[in-house]
Amino acid sequence: MNVSVPNFEEVAPSMTVSKSRGALSIRNVTKIYDPEGVNVMAVKDCSMEIAAGEVCMIVGPSGCGKTTLLNAIAGFHSITYGEILLDGELLCGPGKPKAEQGAERMVVFQHGALFPWKTLAQNVAYGPMVQGRLSKSLALEKARDMLAEAGLGSVTEKYPGEVSSGMSRRAEIVRALINDPKVLLLDEPYRAMDALTKSIMHESLLETYDRTKVTIFFITHDLEEAIFLGDKVHIVTTRPCQLKKTVNVNIARPRSYETQSSEAFRLLMEEVNEAVHEEAIKAFKAGERELA
Amino acid sequence: MPRSIEAPTGLSMFVYRFKKSLQTPDPYLTLFGVGLWLFVWWLLCEGLRVDRFDKIPGPVAVFSELFSRIPFQGISIFTPEYYEHILVSCRRIAIAFAIATGVGVPLGLFMGWSKRIRDYAFPILETLRPIPILAWVPLSILMFPGFEAPVIFLATLASLFVTTLNTMLGVDSIDEAYFRAAGCLGSSNWDVFKHVVVPGALPYIFTGLQISIGVAWFSLVAAEMVSGDLGLGYLIVDSYMNNVTVPMVIGMITLGFVGWLTSVMVRALGNWLMQWHVKALALQGR
Repeated sequence: MNVSVPNFEEVAPSMTVSKSRGALSIRNVTKIYDPEGVNVMAVKDCSMEIAAGEVCMIVGPSGCGKTTLLNAIAGFHSITYGEILLDGELLCGPGKPKAEQGAERMVVFQHGALFPWKTLAQNVAYGPMVQGRLSKSLALEKARDMLAEAGLGSVTEKYPGEVSSGMSRRAEIVRALINDPKVLLLDEPYRAMDALTKSIMHESLLETYDRTKVTIFFITHDLEEAIFLGDKVHIVTTRPCQLKKTVNVNIARPRSYETQSSEAFRLLMEEVNEAVHEEAIKAFKAGERELA
Repeated sequence: MPRSIEAPTGLSMFVYRFKKSLQTPDPYLTLFGVGLWLFVWWLLCEGLRVDRFDKIPGPVAVFSELFSRIPFQGISIFTPEYYEHILVSCRRIAIAFAIATGVGVPLGLFMGWSKRIRDYAFPILETLRPIPILAWVPLSILMFPGFEAPVIFLATLASLFVTTLNTMLGVDSIDEAYFRAAGCLGSSNWDVFKHVVVPGALPYIFTGLQISIGVAWFSLVAAEMVSGDLGLGYLIVDSYMNNVTVPMVIGMITLGFVGWLTSVMVRALGNWLMQWHVKALALQGR
């Protein structure tokens, strides 16, 4: 199913009325890799509206082009057609294929990208320091406070290699949040974690969200994760990536771990599962990598 | 109040580690290895006097000469010449290594970081690199006056290639995610260079420096053998020419020992600069 071009009048007022920020509009975005050569279409005519302060989960088969979409928002890659707007301002679009990288869109990477040569406190202090917003000592002080707030007060002077993957991932989110971003872009950040660590990560992220109300753009292929964390779950098709279905998660916040055993959760799970399974089979038949 | 246990530091740390290591087989294996090697040497040259080996001084002859107050063949730890040879070689190494590091590391960093600089410099580097250092000897004698400059030039050249190449590979080895993260966090190009390129390449740089100081030693000695007035390489070749074999072997052993010492110093400096790397490796049990 294709989604028509969004109605601009519908989008615009919500941005002005709401005091919160970080509304993302992805409009008819197409990304073709190597237009002269092999022509791999990663994203095709994909449109999505993400309201300010929304937790938006993108679910789809592996290698379907979700990360391409995230890279375009972050400014790592260019787009071929379409446009992406943040709070009504053009990030990339006609005449400006690649967005500039900026601290209002913070990425948390799949395999983690804390600088291994800096302590957790130095990592968190890095953003405000290089942007010239805070002096080095003030930035470090604030970094230690924020790490302590996230339950990492005892390991601020440790290097990322010395702490667990869960701790370093939490520190990475703190490193993003210290810059007061409009959008947090997460690319399967909990992929390699065991179920127990994952559940703690989820509660910690929800707690952070309830506190900051930052817009979250979260890529995953873990369906339970998607429903547990999200306000909306956008299911995308296998390559080329297109919006297939949007599921609204009408489960009240704050959510706790028990939410996952509720009836509402189970029903949503069924709905999402059906849509995703269809894509998984398509992806499998198309000789794509299997749905991991 | 919870009682915290302070981790030992400095000298007490060293003593602790030393005591601990005595409980493992490692130091005893090392001693056994050295002993075995000396024994075989002794057996070949002095014990069994195997044909042709009997012309080579054995360990007893070498060490009794080395520690003798009045050395029969002119070189021992009590003669000032011995230290002069060591000092001259070490000074040449220090200069050559400093120049090679001072030029090679920045060159390698820029070559790794900027495609354009790599396009300029890499083909030349790759063409010059396979030329053996000995092939440069005639040219260096023509190019530089005296004994000192050509020898230092040759040692510099050899270690420069190793340092540059390793540094460049070090920059290549940095995960793209760190560059992206730095970009997201609002870094300028200079910030990226200072906070990502340099520290990220550091493990490779120090691997390169350890190799490069070794390379500097053997090209230095080769150079001293061809053109020199002093130095350990000169001592070896001069003793051979004058048919005194004991100082020749003393020169070789000293060279090995001093070379090993410089390599240890480079490694220690690297570990001190890369606490994060050392700690991460330690947690992996290495």
